Amino acid sequence: GAAMDLFGDLRRMNKRQLYYQVLNFAMIVSSALMIWKGLIVITGSESPIVVVLSGSMEPAFHRGDLLFLTNFHDDPIRAGEIVVFKVEGRDIPIVHRVIKVHEKGNGNIKFLTKGDNNEVDDRGLYKEGQNWLEKKDVVGRARGFLPYVGMVTIIMNDYPKFKYALLAVMGAYVLLKRES
Amino acid sequence: LRKNVEDFTGPRERSDLGFVTFDITADILNGKNGLQTFIFDWNVKQLFLYLSAEYSTKNNALNQVVLWDKIMLRGDNPRLSLKDMKSKYFFFDDGNGLKGNRNITLTLSWNVVPNAGILPLVTGSGHVSVPFPDTYETTKSY
Repeated sequence: GAAMDLFGDLRRMNKRQLYYQVLNFAMIVSSALMIWKGLIVITGSESPIVVVLSGSMEPAFHRGDLLFLTNFHDDPIRAGEIVVFKVEGRDIPIVHRVIKVHEKGNGNIKFLTKGDNNEVDDRGLYKEGQNWLEKKDVVGRARGFLPYVGMVTIIMNDYPKFKYALLAVMGAYVLLKRES
Repeated sequence: LRKNVEDFTGPRERSDLGFVTFDITADILNGKNGLQTFIFDWNVKQLFLYLSAEYSTKNNALNQVVLWDKIMLRGDNPRLSLKDMKSKYFFFDDGNGLKGNRNITLTLSWNVVPNAGILPLVTGSGHVSVPFPDTYETTKSY
């Protein structure tokens, strides 16, 4: 049946074919990485696509939604904008809205954020003694959004076995796929 | 109406705290291409409306403070008729720049949240200028 065909395929594949398939796979991975790097360059953001991790911006965004960011240097930070920022020393990006902005004549800017679904502003989330965010804390501004799509990364994070299974299936598919 | 109160939500210095009450009468429309159409088209999930005060002070060239916000879901009436609203959030200045400030502009803006796609920020046409008095209001109890 199908299992015997699979084993037949494996035995018939000689070294050259195997190397060819591996190169194919490496090419796909490299292309994906290049596209990602390209996005980083075009958007100016170190993380052009982020997944919403919490419900603090509901009902606009839910856990698992995907956000597309830009981080152009000359874009001013203005009240009402949705920004993704990282608190100094922490790795987790937070997606909230700017509710207060104070900008000096020289361009020095400090701002305060708050999640739409939160009662209070984000001062409790900032570093000890920190009352404002600055431009350097910003990962990007949310410009576009796709619902649900990011759920895959959350599942892979919460259930590592799923991640490995997925990688194994992908790897097997690419290695065994025959170019007709 | 303005008081000088210690900003207990942030830096421990005395900053100006403004109190504003307002009415909002607005018709939220989609003004694309010069045509006004119904705002909740097929790809609009909700609107995040906010009233912001913009002004400049000696300390800061530009200040923006969101005073009030509201989420308007698809299906809600895009016509607002609110009277005697108090600001939802404390209108603290970064310093003492509200005293005697004649040029505080209040504008209504909204963030369009689509079912999928671009997240535009739109500012409504029409705005109001609010002058603050030159003196502080003192009260015995706060």
